[in-house]
Amino acid sequence: MPSVIKEFTKGLWDELPPFRVVLGLCPTLAVTSTAENGLGMGAAVLFVLTLSNAIISALRKIIPGKVRIACFIVIAASLVVAVELLMQAYTYSLYQRLGIFVPLIVVNCIILGRAEAFASRNGVIPSIADGLGMGLGFTMSLTFLGALRETLGNGTVFGIPVPWEAFRPAHLMVMAPGAFICLGLILAGMNAFNRHMSRRKGEIPTEPKNAACASCAACNLCATARKEN
Amino acid sequence: MEYLMLFISAIFINNIVLVQYLGTCPFMGTSKSTDVAIGMGAAVIFVMLMAVAFTWPLQHYVLTPYGIGYLQTIVFILVIASLVQFVELFLKKVIPPLHASLGLFLPLITTNCAVMGVAIMVQRGEYPFFKALLFSLATGLGFLIALVIISSIRERLDISPVPAVFRGIPVALITAGVMSLVFLAFQGMAA
Repeated sequence: MPSVIKEFTKGLWDELPPFRVVLGLCPTLAVTSTAENGLGMGAAVLFVLTLSNAIISALRKIIPGKVRIACFIVIAASLVVAVELLMQAYTYSLYQRLGIFVPLIVVNCIILGRAEAFASRNGVIPSIADGLGMGLGFTMSLTFLGALRETLGNGTVFGIPVPWEAFRPAHLMVMAPGAFICLGLILAGMNAFNRHMSRRKGEIPTEPKNAACASCAACNLCATARKEN
Repeated sequence: MEYLMLFISAIFINNIVLVQYLGTCPFMGTSKSTDVAIGMGAAVIFVMLMAVAFTWPLQHYVLTPYGIGYLQTIVFILVIASLVQFVELFLKKVIPPLHASLGLFLPLITTNCAVMGVAIMVQRGEYPFFKALLFSLATGLGFLIALVIISSIRERLDISPVPAVFRGIPVALITAGVMSLVFLAFQGMAA
């Protein structure tokens, strides 16, 4: 049981996507112009990730190693189609606002990365815990980034105006440049925090880990794909 | 004239990475050196063209006539994934030198949302076939241009005194933000 809790909580801070482990950047940047969109996107990813982890770990002994990536993609794609249909039925305006990024959940590296790095090697219960934790972490991060950009760029949070009147929103923050700059600053902030914490523990601050491809869980996948060919 | 406008708009005004946020993962992951960036960009252009050339007829002659449009996502990703595998095998057998320079990037492209994104955008925009091909070519070129620019900036950043906490991805993201600001200026051209 403790290990299940550990698998769940690691997604909430130690391996928090996309701030600690830089994964799934496209939806992170694209849909976080408002907090509500970020929350919606996060919830969709949470749903797909948890179920895909569960199904893949249940089938991990049946799926042949050589075609596993194709199998993971089919499972993820079926779940994404289910999410698309559900969103069309119940939250149509959100579906329209997220636009092309709903079908693109299937190529989100978090899904394939967790399938390859975790679900294909662990049992069903830990995999569900891992999916829930990572998905919740992703939802929190996206909602946070969305709320930050909405506040700075539009002067509202979840559509509610911020209380201080003298605040002049910079519309730039809800546009593309704001997304890149906000995320860059948050990642730098995370690095600064990590260095501070490791100094307090008396360790030598390590180099920031979120250096591109190396931290991407899909990197593992790319490397094996390269080797097999 | 319409086609020229489409071409320029897909490269600059609606640049796939800097304005539409698609393909940001490879944009950050493969932009450390210019050589790698050029290889990745070329591979993306190639696969994007092939993907649209295959998914467009599928959508118009299979999915739409039989009323199974909701399967679009699953069909497209399967086509793109197998296409990437096929292209890799084909290049390896037929044009080994090209495989040596592009082969490394091909597996990466399966999870590149820019390729899948263009295939879906073409359908949502209801482009005719040749317009769709032109659009995907221009989008790929836009990706290549953005990737080459940021990789040459990052090569310089490597030898610049960047504060330690900003090193790596954070400063690259902020650079991308500034580039995106520049590309935003192109939107004035369209008006």
